[in-house]
Amino acid sequence: MPGVLVVCELKDGKVKKTSREALALGRELAKAVGGDLMAVAGGSSAASAAGEAGAFGAKKLFVLTDPALDAYSTENVTTAVAAVVGQSSPAIVLIPGTSNGRDLAPRLAARLDVGVASDVDTLTWKDGKLLARRPIYSGKVVATVEIEGVPAMVTCRPNAFPASEGEAATAEVVEVAFTAPEAKAKLIETRVPDTEEITISEADIIVSGGRGLKEAANFSHIKDLASAIGGAVGASRATVDAGWIDHQHQVGQTGRVVSPNLYIAAGISGAIQHLAGMSSSKHIIAINKDADSPILKAADLAVVGDLFTILPALTAEVKKAKEHH
Amino acid sequence: MNSVVCISHVPDTESRIKLAPDGRRIDEAGMKFIVSPYDEYALEEAIRIKESKGGDVTVIAFGPDRVAQALRECLARGATKALHIKGESGDADSLGIAKVLAAAIKTIPHDLVLFGKQGVGTNNSLVGPMVAEILGLPQINVVTSLELGDGRVTARREIEGAEEMIEASTPVVITAEKGLNEPRYASLKGIMAAKKVVIESKSVSDLGLSDGDIVNKRVKIVSLELPPEKVAGKKIDGSDPVAAAKEIVRYIREEAKIF
Ligand SMILES: Cc1cc2nc3c(=O)[nH]c(=O)nc-3n(C[C@H](O)[C@H](O)[C@H](O)COP(=O)(O)OP(=O)(O)OC[C@H]3O[C@@H](n4cnc5c(N)ncnc54)[C@H](O)[C@@H]3O)c2cc1C
Ligand SMILES: Nc1ncnc2c1ncn2[C@@H]1O[C@H](COP(=O)(O)O)[C@@H](O)[C@H]1O
Repeated sequence: MPGVLVVCELKDGKVKKTSREALALGRELAKAVGGDLMAVAGGSSAASAAGEAGAFGAKKLFVLTDPALDAYSTENVTTAVAAVVGQSSPAIVLIPGTSNGRDLAPRLAARLDVGVASDVDTLTWKDGKLLARRPIYSGKVVATVEIEGVPAMVTCRPNAFPASEGEAATAEVVEVAFTAPEAKAKLIETRVPDTEEITISEADIIVSGGRGLKEAANFSHIKDLASAIGGAVGASRATVDAGWIDHQHQVGQTGRVVSPNLYIAAGISGAIQHLAGMSSSKHIIAINKDADSPILKAADLAVVGDLFTILPALTAEVKKAKEHH
Repeated sequence: MNSVVCISHVPDTESRIKLAPDGRRIDEAGMKFIVSPYDEYALEEAIRIKESKGGDVTVIAFGPDRVAQALRECLARGATKALHIKGESGDADSLGIAKVLAAAIKTIPHDLVLFGKQGVGTNNSLVGPMVAEILGLPQINVVTSLELGDGRVTARREIEGAEEMIEASTPVVITAEKGLNEPRYASLKGIMAAKKVVIESKSVSDLGLSDGDIVNKRVKIVSLELPPEKVAGKKIDGSDPVAAAKEIVRYIREEAKIF
């Protein structure tokens, strides 16, 4: 039986949200494809993911406990996952569309000489073939591609698939012998900024500011709302280029592509390159004083008005709503 | 220090996209193409390295006749050599493109092989790491700064919520992210000098590959569609900020179901 293999990323022994999304997707696909949902995790604490992977429907969790896999390394993880693909012969390999997932997928596809589609937001199994849908050209076109080859590989767009659990069960842990060879590229340092900031690519809620904020200090309006609502801070390129905020926050074609549940844009005009990064958000609220700005046309709730009065009022209302909750 | 930079030629981001009648490709007629923005960072980095350490900067593009114009532009900015691999890159999947580029790169001395982190428009982010795998080279992806050492490089890479410093031996594949540098414009002198450089041209078969090796091997476009028109959202007047804020919170509660 072929089945579906999901590459799981762990953080502090827990399965990351993007990997949970891929597991839930894999569970549904496995029903159509036939065979089991399987998962693979690496690093010394890999086996601790068995409970979570099981809860999401994985029957087996392949673990490679070489400490060389505690941190991500392109070469080591490629070799490790390739070994598990060889052992489990899945029809489909799902990889979460995170930085590391997107680093791994092409390398692994080339190693296995199979097809891969990146950043897909819909997957269907039809007549023995995997069809993947992905928005391209700033969302101006939707492409459907057919992925051939065994296994067919995809990276899953974060937040595009619900992370719903299956029936409670624990995955059977299968140890895979693996000793990492000397890698040519090595991680020598990780710098984690000492803020509790949520990063935009995995956030459920994003509050973004644009040039309408007028100056760097006014990003406080965006940050206040983001922290009240529990969201990440996003930005237009104009504000990043002006040095008001770091590039990590930039949404759009030359920033991050995001699909949160809620995207709030204030003082952003909605240039095509910005829309490219956020138009697949599930709910879009835009605040702009120009009634004709494109962002208002892209919004589900378009608020014509001054962000300097509306944002503080909104932050206060959000705090109230949270208290009542 | 020799660098090879792979250049993709993509529709200008402002372009209106029309679909070809077969519904599987875009209609290129009248469309303006540009060097993909991330490839500009890759090129700029290679040119700066050449300026400080010497060596060649060879730009390579696989594609139809129009891509020669992209290569000419790169020469004008400071690339020293250019190779045009002629072929319908649009009929190939990413792995096919990677195989063609890898075969070409093998014939050119290289310490650094640079790519954009993604070709803007289709945003696959696949070709660079695929070439690295085919050539057996280490890769550092989505790089925002690059330092050269002796037989090795150290690069900064941005991931979710952190930065990583990665060290790799050369030759190495680097994919460029915004922030790596500020690309220059071509100078008039550069444009004149570029006119004298002959762009070498090869076919896919010159590289020992057949069309069968690359044409739509594994990933085929089934259809391209224009997305459904967005239904107009609700518009509200924000001149009373508190009323507007209450309405927004109501929307968040009822539609996005956050509270
Ligand atoms: C190749 C390329 C790639 C690009 N990539 C990106 C990208 O990744 N992301 C990105 O964002 N952009 C990108 N851009 C830039 C993009 O074209 C726009 O220039 C940019 O998005 C504009 O930023 P903005 O909306 O903040 O500024 P503006 O366009 O200046 O808009 C400011 C808005 O604020 C409103 N405003 C002003 N004051 C107030 C107020 N008091 N209250 C409410 N509203 C107010 C104005 O009505 C206006 O609509 C790219 C451009 C190119 C050419
Ligand atoms: N046809 C091509 N010719 C040369 N380089 C290419 C081609 N296609 C992609 N590339 C390179 O690969 C990078 C990633 O492209 P992609 O995988 O399509 O997102 C681009 O930024 C280019 O550096």
